[in-house]
Amino acid sequence: MKELLSLFDGLLAFGRDGNWKMIVMWIIGGVLIYLAIKKEMEPTLLLPIGFGCIIMNFPGSGAAGPLQTLYNAGIANELFPLILFIGIGAMIDFGPLLSNPKMMIFGAAAQFGIFFTLCMASIFFPDFRDYASIAIIGAADGPTSIVVANKLGSHYVGAITVAAYSYMALVPIIQPPVIRALTTEKERKIRMTYKPKNVSKATKILFPIIITVVACIFAPDAGALIGFLMFGNLIRECGVLDSLSETAQKVLANLITIFLGITIAFNMTASQFLNVNTLLIMALGLLAFIFDTAGGVLFGKLYNVFAKEKINPMIGAAGISAFPMAGRIVHKMGLKEDPQNFLLMHSIGVNVSGQIASVIAGALILKIFVPML
Amino acid sequence: MLSFYFKPIEFVKNLKYMGIGMLGVFIIVGVIMGATYLTGYLTSKLARPHDDE
Repeated sequence: MKELLSLFDGLLAFGRDGNWKMIVMWIIGGVLIYLAIKKEMEPTLLLPIGFGCIIMNFPGSGAAGPLQTLYNAGIANELFPLILFIGIGAMIDFGPLLSNPKMMIFGAAAQFGIFFTLCMASIFFPDFRDYASIAIIGAADGPTSIVVANKLGSHYVGAITVAAYSYMALVPIIQPPVIRALTTEKERKIRMTYKPKNVSKATKILFPIIITVVACIFAPDAGALIGFLMFGNLIRECGVLDSLSETAQKVLANLITIFLGITIAFNMTASQFLNVNTLLIMALGLLAFIFDTAGGVLFGKLYNVFAKEKINPMIGAAGISAFPMAGRIVHKMGLKEDPQNFLLMHSIGVNVSGQIASVIAGALILKIFVPML
Repeated sequence: MLSFYFKPIEFVKNLKYMGIGMLGVFIIVGVIMGATYLTGYLTSKLARPHDDE
């Protein structure tokens, strides 16, 4: 009889130790899987995170061991997000940005949400490791969020990562109302002609190298993030490593994404995740995205005060690094206001510059706070 | 008992990081922008004689 009962140890343990918190975590995991499959919201990450969240929340779950091994091997030492950056770098075409480099300045402006959220989060979290890490949700860039939160040793890596990826998926819902609230109809109708300049192959090859050098000089902490991102881009642009570029964009990125997603769930145990602070982190993450968008749009309006050739201030919102959604949203909003207003190339240019600027912002946060550790 | 940390004064104390951070981002992006313009200019100059051939 004892042997028979031992087969149901898990069930008995759940009855004994199990509590409503684990069931809530299953529901959260289920919701993430639902959003991934039914709503197609960042399915490559939300699905593994959701599933990982379920398997982590059983008394004495055997999944904890392997996931901890993966966590130590790939997230605690920041390896997975950095390797993923090679794939992301290989996917990005900096052509529209190189054609009009002044667009980079809007990518910088749209990082405002990060630093505003830093100040806001400090109201609710006493530990600088936590509020600085929460702020980086505003980078709208999962790998940067993971690297910064890990390097600072935040207690909320799981919640921060889930917030970063969830809000990236929610960019089409978050951004339009903010953009509409901050712009007039007349501003949204401003047309921008796209005059593509011939960007030489040499420029495209030198660009990732120059960015890496500049970033490493000014913000050495960005060395790994920017370096891996630009290495991927160099593989893409060099013209002699097409098969490597294709592998980085597809196989490598997919492989790492699978492990990254499920490994993040290691931090999503009921005891770590279900608390008021997680809700606060979600709220602050939303705030970060809103103020990123606002920072970009308002900077666009400020630019128009001084510029001879007016720009459509909506493109400032594309400076949020969520690539390519933010760029597409601005383009769609422009078309909605005026079917002849094609903002895509401008907004994508700003969008890729946001990718660079968000990594720089992450590096600056590390530069400011790592010495305090 | 739910303990809740709430210190609005911390917002003001951390404003300096907002200033340093945003200024830092603008400076570094500005340098990258300048370097990009320079690279584009130099590579187009170098490519021009070749184009004339």
